[in-house]
Amino acid sequence: MATKSTGGTEKTKSIEVKKKLINVLIVDDDPLNRRLHEMIIKTIGGISQTAKNGEEAVILHRDGEASFDLILMDKEMPERDGVSTTKKLREMKVTSMIVGVTSVADQEEERKAFMEAGLNHCLEKPLTKAKIFPLISHLFDA
Amino acid sequence: MEKLCDYFFIYFCPNLMICKNLFIGIAISNKLYIFFFSLLLPSRRVERAMDTLIAQLQRRFCDFTISLYHQGFLDDQFTELKKLQDECSPDFVAEVVTLFFEDCEKLISNMARALDQTGNVDFKLVGSSVHQLKGSSSSVGAKRVKGLCVTLKECCDSQNYEGCVRCLQQVDIEYKTLKAKLQDLFNLEQQIVQAGGRIPQVDI
Repeated sequence: MATKSTGGTEKTKSIEVKKKLINVLIVDDDPLNRRLHEMIIKTIGGISQTAKNGEEAVILHRDGEASFDLILMDKEMPERDGVSTTKKLREMKVTSMIVGVTSVADQEEERKAFMEAGLNHCLEKPLTKAKIFPLISHLFDA
Repeated sequence: MEKLCDYFFIYFCPNLMICKNLFIGIAISNKLYIFFFSLLLPSRRVERAMDTLIAQLQRRFCDFTISLYHQGFLDDQFTELKKLQDECSPDFVAEVVTLFFEDCEKLISNMARALDQTGNVDFKLVGSSVHQLKGSSSSVGAKRVKGLCVTLKECCDSQNYEGCVRCLQQVDIEYKTLKAKLQDLFNLEQQIVQAGGRIPQVDI
């Protein structure tokens, strides 16, 4: 089941996209990573929703109502992995920025295949504010 | 005096409140209790005693934190977790660390079960579990656990059964050691806060 959390703006400036907070979907089977990425997004001023695997992410987009500025997509997940999910979302004409999240152990060919599935960018775990913040700011400014 | 210490420790710890005029301070460190009663002491002396207690706890906290990094238990990623914690999510680090230790228990148990099937070990399952554990340990900054996961993955890839068993035992010991040390760290934080102090920033 996907869950929502609202970002706070107490300490940091919000990153606004067309005068709204960045809305992020975090797709990861590991609850630890979901919590960590949720907190990172909250700290940089975004709001987030989570999905436990690629299948949940696809179901969220099925009715065409979902609208995310950014999707953080883990690569290795049960039921439907990151590569398959990214391909499927692009087939469904999802235009959100999709950033793949890979691990150090992933081979170059695996990363390339992930990118070719339709990613906008790829980041290596563990994610940090320093890795995500400049990526979002830069791409949305462009 | 010690029996009175025990009495108050049992009934009031860990939610001990410090009153200005009736001052009771308890610092628990290697079974050492510092215990003051003062209805008669002027409040300025009480405050000075409190400040000393807080400073001692803060020093212990800093030294202990630094030792965890220098001994290789933690790396920069743990610092990143601390930076994310704020007043709105004061237990974020403890929450994430708890999830990590739950991961450890589940994945180590899976691997142990797979390795128990002597002659028919599913090295793919072991490899997949250790890959997950390596990811989790990397996310929380558990440096030693992560390092052992790398070695375990290598043993698994080469289907080195004895190597896997040995390594898994070390992973088990290492995560339990880290768990105990982080519990000590969180206890120190709690004592500082209960004494009315602030958790110091530690530069590593």
